[in-house]
Amino acid sequence: METLFSVLIGIFFASAIYLMLSKHTVRILLGFAILGNAVNLLLFTAGRLTREVPPIIPLAADVLPEGAANPLPQALILTAIVISFSFFAFLLVLTYRGYQELGTDNTDEMRLAEPKDEPLPPLGY
Amino acid sequence: MNPFLRSVTDRNTDAMAVPTTAPIDLSAAMVMAPTALADWLVIAPMALMITLGAVLMMVRHRIWLHGWIAIPGLVALVLMEGLLVYRVAVDGPFTMTAGRWLPPFGISFTADLMGSLLALASGLVALAAGIYGLRDIDATGRRYGFYPFLLLLMAGVTGAFLTGDIFNLYVWFEVLLISSFGLLILGSERQQIDGALKYAVLNLLGTTLFLIAVGYVYAIFGTLNMADIARQANDYRGTAPLMTLSALFILAFAMKAAAFPVNFWLPASYHTPRIVVSALFGGLLTKVGVYALMRVMVMLFPVEREQLSFLLAIIAALTMVIGALGALAQSDLRRMAGFAVIAGIGNIIAGVAIGGVPGVSGAILYSLHSIIVMTALYLLIGEAARIGGSWSLQTLGGLYRDAPWIAAAAFVIFFAAAGLPPFSGLWPKIILLKAALDIGAWWLSAAILISALILTLTLGRVFLLAFWRPRIEPSAVPSAAGALQRSAPLAGLVAIIVFFGIFPDLPVRLSQEAAATLADPRAYIQSVFPTGGAE
Amino acid sequence: MNTLILRTVAPPITALMLVFSVFVLLRGHNEPGGGFIGGLIAASALAIYGIAYGVSAVRRAIRFHPMAIAGFGLLVATLSGFVSVFVGVPFMTGLWIYPRIFGVELPLATVISFDIGVYFVVLGSIASIALALEEREFD
Repeated sequence: METLFSVLIGIFFASAIYLMLSKHTVRILLGFAILGNAVNLLLFTAGRLTREVPPIIPLAADVLPEGAANPLPQALILTAIVISFSFFAFLLVLTYRGYQELGTDNTDEMRLAEPKDEPLPPLGY
Repeated sequence: MNPFLRSVTDRNTDAMAVPTTAPIDLSAAMVMAPTALADWLVIAPMALMITLGAVLMMVRHRIWLHGWIAIPGLVALVLMEGLLVYRVAVDGPFTMTAGRWLPPFGISFTADLMGSLLALASGLVALAAGIYGLRDIDATGRRYGFYPFLLLLMAGVTGAFLTGDIFNLYVWFEVLLISSFGLLILGSERQQIDGALKYAVLNLLGTTLFLIAVGYVYAIFGTLNMADIARQANDYRGTAPLMTLSALFILAFAMKAAAFPVNFWLPASYHTPRIVVSALFGGLLTKVGVYALMRVMVMLFPVEREQLSFLLAIIAALTMVIGALGALAQSDLRRMAGFAVIAGIGNIIAGVAIGGVPGVSGAILYSLHSIIVMTALYLLIGEAARIGGSWSLQTLGGLYRDAPWIAAAAFVIFFAAAGLPPFSGLWPKIILLKAALDIGAWWLSAAILISALILTLTLGRVFLLAFWRPRIEPSAVPSAAGALQRSAPLAGLVAIIVFFGIFPDLPVRLSQEAAATLADPRAYIQSVFPTGGAE
Repeated sequence: MNTLILRTVAPPITALMLVFSVFVLLRGHNEPGGGFIGGLIAASALAIYGIAYGVSAVRRAIRFHPMAIAGFGLLVATLSGFVSVFVGVPFMTGLWIYPRIFGVELPLATVISFDIGVYFVVLGSIASIALALEEREFD
């Protein structure tokens, strides 16, 4: 099962990196969405995979039932989901504003902050 | 004690149906000793910043209140961090684990000397920026939320320095990242959006890489508490892929710290926001990256650091030389300062590469110096541009005549940034040079010297052109309003630079102790697990 | 999206979702639910109202700026962590009181106030992002 998940995570990472290598901001953004999910799956697999036993102590017991899932990766993933979700929302707004203000989604043409023809400093006076 | 306020341990037994009749032994899972009030010092800086940041968010549109809440808050932050440094220097590291859970179950906050020294330096810088911002940030900028974001940024930075849990470190990284986004696009100008896009994408990638590494840490160790990892790392050496993990950490933190192959986001974005925001970023953000690098590579994976030290040294040498060369080629003063920040990062990573107490103490001392000097450099540039009416070396001139005190401050700050005596930049460079020569890495010390030489040329030229050259075009004399708020932070930072340049004993000794506790983390582990801890 | 159907249905749906979000928030202490998911539900309720009636109607209806709501939540959550300073236990330790209200013992905890804080943080921040996106679409 872990092997299968590793392959799946690998595919996620590959497609995320492929998308992020694009020069169009929208594709980069999609790459980030996939990357976030790849990382979440990675965290999930890192906590070892178990089946169908939630980590909740039943009323009649003192300890977790046998083979219960590991709750810590779930907490980590929840945090990571929240963070990647809010960053994605922020990047979405930023990209949209960037498109409105700069008139392009091509990162090669975004040279406003670093103009191409900026002169070198003077050599003397 | 208030009879209503009893801890969960006393009463939840009869509130819920509990199957066993025997009382549960809580000491297996919880800290039973009462918490001393002094232990709150390790939580209080972050909690104060978050609380005040939250209050400021609530009164965002009453902008006249902002300064009155933020500045006393930042003063309190500096005082608390001063106490923290004092206590850690006297008694050694101490820990508070949130929620009363025994480490490693709860999230530990551990103050050691390195973390608290860096926290103190960053608090000072934030106070300076907060005061400078009283004049530099106009009403629009305040309504966008300069002060709330500043305080939340400080919560993130301080939290990163004081946390003892590696996932929590990631969370603080994100806290400071999201507040830095807010600060970066304060005002939403076109240039800022362009810079912010690149900054946001590449920094987010860096923190995601860090998160991936954290995932592998958990997969290997089954724990996220740094003290726990440090004490277990030896058991896993040889069986677990710790080298891969270390390489991943180095890549992630190098990205945050703007080290050479992954540094291009910094000069693309740091010159776009308001100058006081640039000052904060230049002083703080990259240092959080190198702090994390030191914490992970020196304390958690010392053997791997040893093996990767050649790689780190090459990165360091390239970073400092390329940063200095980049600074030489810029005519925009803010972009020049951005490359100067990168050159400083190279020096710090050189210290990590050299290792041992000498190298690491040099790196810590350089970080402290760099936090103060880079902020001062940006504030100075802000003042120079305000008086001279331009950011560009093409048109600036005559500042020596117009503002002799600014010129004097520039003299001190330029000398310190280039590492020339008698100011604070000299000592960390000497320590690093000596450490590099002692291990026979002559080429690394050569790189440090070459980088310093190029920076001296760069800054000397700035002084020549912007200060000594006669004014090219007459410009309107800027208003003298708020001279105190503008000059006091600069004067304070310059005073620190001069003082520690002339009396370096205290910071050198403290950074050596900090490096010693980092290289031999027994005291750190002892503070987290006083009785050996839970299984 | 100014259709008659949506405009008719939006107010009851919004009200229902807001009530449900509070239910999910309070349920979250011992069962699935909690402040985060409750806040998300509340934020989507506001988003639906915004789609039907426009962003300015939402801003009028919630009275406070969404970021101020988020700030309030952050304040509540942090202060909940601070209660434990009075009892001599570490930051964020769960503390309980059992007041009797109308003869019923009601367990209240700093855990719940922390969760309420989370609810407002999520509601405020997600609502402000959603409203910002909707605003750009309609003007």
